[in-house]
Amino acid sequence: MMEREKILEIKDLHVSFDTYAGEVQAVRGVTFDLYKAEAIAIVGESGCGKSVTAKSIMKLIPMPPGRIKKGNIVFNGRDITGFSRKQMEAIRGSEMGMIFQDPMTSLSPTMLVGKQIAEVLMQHQKIPKKKAMEKSIEMLKMVGIPNPESRAKQYPHEFSGGMRQRAMIAIALACSPKLLIADEPTTALDVTIQAQILELMKELKRKIDTSIILITHDLGVVAGMAERVMVMYAGKIVESGYIKDIFYDPKHPYTWGLLKSVPRLDAENKEELLPIIGTPPDLFSPPNGCAFAARCKYSMKICYTMQPEMTEAGPGHKAACWLLHSDSPRVERPEGIGRSCCNE
Amino acid sequence: MIEINKELFTHIGINEEYSEAINRPSMTYWKDAGRRLKKNKVAMAGIFILILFSLMAVFGPYMVEFTYNSNNYDIIHQPPNKVHWFGTDALGRDLWARVWMGARVSLFIGLVAAVIETIIGVVIGGLSGYVGGKFDLYMMRFIDIMIAIPELIFIILIMVIVGSGVLPIIIAFAITGWLRMARLVRGQILQLKEQEFVLAARTLGADTKRLVFRHLIPNTLGVIIVTLTMAVPGAIFYEAFLSFIGIGLRPPLSSWGQLANSGAQVFEQYPFELLIPAVFISLTMLSLNLLGDGLRDALDPRLRK
Amino acid sequence: MSDRKKLVQVKNLKKYFNVGPNLVLKAVDDITFDIYEGETLGLVGESGCGKSTTGRTMIRLYDATGGEMLFDGRNVHKMSTTEQKEYTKQTQMIFQDPYASLNPRMTVGDIIGEGIDIHRIMSGKDRMGRIYELLQTVGLNREHANRFPHEFSGGQRQRIGIARALAIEPRFIICDEPISALDVSIQAQVVNLLIKLQKEMKLTYMFIAHDLSMVKHISDRVAVMYLGTMVELASSAELYQKPIHPYTQALLAAIPIPDPEIEQNRQRKLLEGDVPSPINPPSGCRFKGRCGYAKEICGCEMPSLREVAPNHYVACHIA
Repeated sequence: MMEREKILEIKDLHVSFDTYAGEVQAVRGVTFDLYKAEAIAIVGESGCGKSVTAKSIMKLIPMPPGRIKKGNIVFNGRDITGFSRKQMEAIRGSEMGMIFQDPMTSLSPTMLVGKQIAEVLMQHQKIPKKKAMEKSIEMLKMVGIPNPESRAKQYPHEFSGGMRQRAMIAIALACSPKLLIADEPTTALDVTIQAQILELMKELKRKIDTSIILITHDLGVVAGMAERVMVMYAGKIVESGYIKDIFYDPKHPYTWGLLKSVPRLDAENKEELLPIIGTPPDLFSPPNGCAFAARCKYSMKICYTMQPEMTEAGPGHKAACWLLHSDSPRVERPEGIGRSCCNE
Repeated sequence: MIEINKELFTHIGINEEYSEAINRPSMTYWKDAGRRLKKNKVAMAGIFILILFSLMAVFGPYMVEFTYNSNNYDIIHQPPNKVHWFGTDALGRDLWARVWMGARVSLFIGLVAAVIETIIGVVIGGLSGYVGGKFDLYMMRFIDIMIAIPELIFIILIMVIVGSGVLPIIIAFAITGWLRMARLVRGQILQLKEQEFVLAARTLGADTKRLVFRHLIPNTLGVIIVTLTMAVPGAIFYEAFLSFIGIGLRPPLSSWGQLANSGAQVFEQYPFELLIPAVFISLTMLSLNLLGDGLRDALDPRLRK
Repeated sequence: MSDRKKLVQVKNLKKYFNVGPNLVLKAVDDITFDIYEGETLGLVGESGCGKSTTGRTMIRLYDATGGEMLFDGRNVHKMSTTEQKEYTKQTQMIFQDPYASLNPRMTVGDIIGEGIDIHRIMSGKDRMGRIYELLQTVGLNREHANRFPHEFSGGQRQRIGIARALAIEPRFIICDEPISALDVSIQAQVVNLLIKLQKEMKLTYMFIAHDLSMVKHISDRVAVMYLGTMVELASSAELYQKPIHPYTQALLAAIPIPDPEIEQNRQRKLLEGDVPSPINPPSGCRFKGRCGYAKEICGCEMPSLREVAPNHYVACHIA
C-alpha cells in the first residue's frame, strides 16, 4: 500500500447537544481518515449523526448548545479541535469548502451571485476586486452556468435550483480547497438535475484534485461517486470499507437492511422490500448495548449489553458487530444482497 | 467490563415493543408551554406582580378604615406615614385606598377593552382570512387606512362625542384597537389554510364550522393570547393618558391616570402624589409586557429545544 | 384486458392558476387517462409537472378549470350534495409532509376518528374500537391514541395519516408523495403497508411521486408527466424496458442505481438545461426545448397520447 497523504483524521469524535430534556449524544465515537484526492461517502438516515459530524469538521455547530465532548479533528496535519473562530475563518473557504442541501438558504439573497464568489477570493487570496470578479466569472463558467458574465450580475432568486447549487459549488471551490464537504447536495433537486450536478462534481474533483466527503442517504448516489463508504447509525459508524465491499459483501445487519429496503430500477420482478422494523433510538437516552439491537433480526444477548467495537472483516473493511466475533454463530447474509463472487 | 463468554451469544432477535416505544413523557402543547414559561424568571416575576396587584385591588381598600372619597381638610397633602400608608391628597383623602380603588378601574378598563378588541379582531380577521376574495381585499384596504390614522386622535374624537366615563373609554379603545389583532389573525389563518392537515380535513368532508373551530382557531390561539396580553398595557396607558390630560374619567371616580393628573399639579411640593401612581402604572405595564414576551417564546413550537 | 372495470376516468382535465396580469400557470393541461379497479397507477414527473395538482383536482380540493372526471361512471363535478358526500367517503388522500399533515392540537385518536365523526358512522365504544383497530392495522399501539403528533417520528406520522384515510373505508386512495419526506428504510415500511392494505381491502391507488424506482416497484402502470402534459403511459415493466418518449428515456438515464459496477460504467446521455416554468408555456410540445430529436412539427402542434404498442401510449410526433 503506497503511503498516501492524509488530509483529515477524525479520532473518536463525540459531539453532544445540551437541551431542555438533557444531553443528546448526536455523535458517539466516530473515527476515520480521509486521503488526498479521495471521495468518501457517509451514508445513513436522518438522526444518525452524519450531518453533525460534517458540520463539526467545519465547526459550524453552534456551541452552545452543541459541544465537542471528546475526540480530535486533525486537518492537514494540524489539530483543529480547539481552533478559535478566527482560526477557523482563515481555513474555511480557502482550505475547506462546504455545500449544503438547500441552495436558497445558503446563498445570500441580497447579494449578487458574482459578488458572493468574489468575496471568498478577496478574503482568502487577497486579490483586488476587479481580478476577483473576473475569476468569479471563470468559476461560473467552470461549473457549467451559461452566460456567466450576465449571470454573475444576478441575484440567487433569479437562478433555478440546479443553477443555485452550481453557484454554491463555485463558491466552495473558488480557492481550490483541499477538502470539500457536500451535505446532501442533490437531495432537494429533481433527478435529471441531480445527475447533472453529480457529473459536475466528478469532473471538478478531477480538475482541482480535492478530497470530497459526500453525505447522503441515497445509495445510488453513493454508488456513482464514492471510493470508500462509511455507514452511520445512531451516532456511530457501523460499517466502513471500499465501495465494492459495502455493496457486494456487506457485513453489518443495518447495511443489509438498507440495501434490502431500496427498490432498484433494474429489478426484474417485484420482490418485496424488506424494511427495517421500528425506528432509530432516541439519542437522548441511547441504549447500553448496540443501538441497532432492538431492530436486528440476528441480535444476541451480548448485543443488548455491550457495544461492539469496529472489527476487521477484510482489508480496509470493518464493521461494528458482534456477529464478526469469533464466538458468534455463523450468519448468512440474506438473499438478494451483494454478490457471492467478490471475496478475493 | 463484563467478561465475554459464549453464553452471551445466544440469539434474541427483534424487540418490537422497544422499537416502537416513545420514551419521553407525554406532553400536550399547553403543558410544554407552561413548563417553558415557568423557566422564564422574568415572566414569572411579571405574573407574580400582576397577581399581587389584582389581589390588592380587591382587598386593598378594606385594609384601612378610610374610604377613597372621604374628605378631611385637616390632613391634606400628608406624606406617607403610619396612619396613611401612601399619604393623603389635596382633599385629605387617603391615597392607599384611592390607589387600590384606582387599580380596580384601570385594570378593569385595560382587561375589558383588550378582550373586546380581541373578539372583534379575531372575528373580522378570521373571516377575512378564511373567506378571502373581494371581502378580504376591501377589508384589508379599510384596515390599512384606519391604521394610518393615529389612534390617539381617534380616541379623543370619540371621547369628545360620547362623553367621558368608563364605558365610553372602553368603547373608544375597542373601536380602534381591533385592527392589529385582525391583521395578525388573518395572517395566521391564511398560512394555516394551505397546511396539509387542513386539506386533509377538507378531503374527509369537514364543513366550515369544523374547519374553523377545530382546526384553524386552535392553532391560532397562541398568537391571540400573546397579542391580548400585550393589548392590556396599551389600554391602561391610554386611560392614564386621557385622564392625565383631563378627558378620561372625572372625579370622584379614581383611576391611576386620575391620580397621576392630580399628583402632577402639586408635583413640586408633594412629589409622592405623582410618583406613587406612576410607579404602579409602570410596574403593571412592564409586568404585562414581560409576560407577553414570555408567552410568545413559550408558545412558539419552533423554539422547543 | 379491457374487461376490467374502470373506476376512475379522467378526460381532458385542465387546471390553470392566475398568477398575475396575463400570467397563467397551466399546471395541468389537458390530460386523459383511466384507472382500473384494484390497480395502482403511478404518476411521476419532476417539479412543476403538475402531478400533485392533478391529484388535488381529482379529489376536489381544487376546482377543475376544464375537462371532467368520472368516478364509477358518474361525473364528479356534476354530483348532487348527497352524491358528493358519498364520493368523499369513497375517495381519500394521503399527504406528503408528515410534519404538516396532522393537526398538532388534536390527539392521534381524534385525528384518525375525524372521518368517522364527520360522517357520523359510529360513536362511543364502537368508535374507539375502530380507532384501535386502525392503529394496529398500521403497526402502532393502542396507547398511541392519546398522544400528540409531535411525539411521533416521520414514518409513524405517515402511518397515522394512512389510518385516517382508511377510517371511512374508501375504495380509491390518492397517495400524494407519501414517502418523499421519509428515510429510505422507513419508506419501505410505508410502501409495504400500502401494498398489504391494497390486497386486504381491495383498494385502488394513484401513487404520485418523483422517485421512479419506488413508483415502478409499487405500480402496475405508470404515467409520466412533463409540464402539465402526460407524455407516456405504460405498464411499469414496459416503461422501464422500452421507454419511447425522449423525456422518459432521459429520466431513466438520470436515476442512480445502487450498484457500483453498473453505476460507474454507465454510458448515458444526460438531459441538459433546467426544468422550464409552467407559466405561459410555449405552443406545441412542451419538451421540444430540451429534446434532442425535435422537428418542426414539434413546435407547432401539441402531440396527443396515442397507442404506439399494445397498451403503451406516448405523446410524441417522432415516436
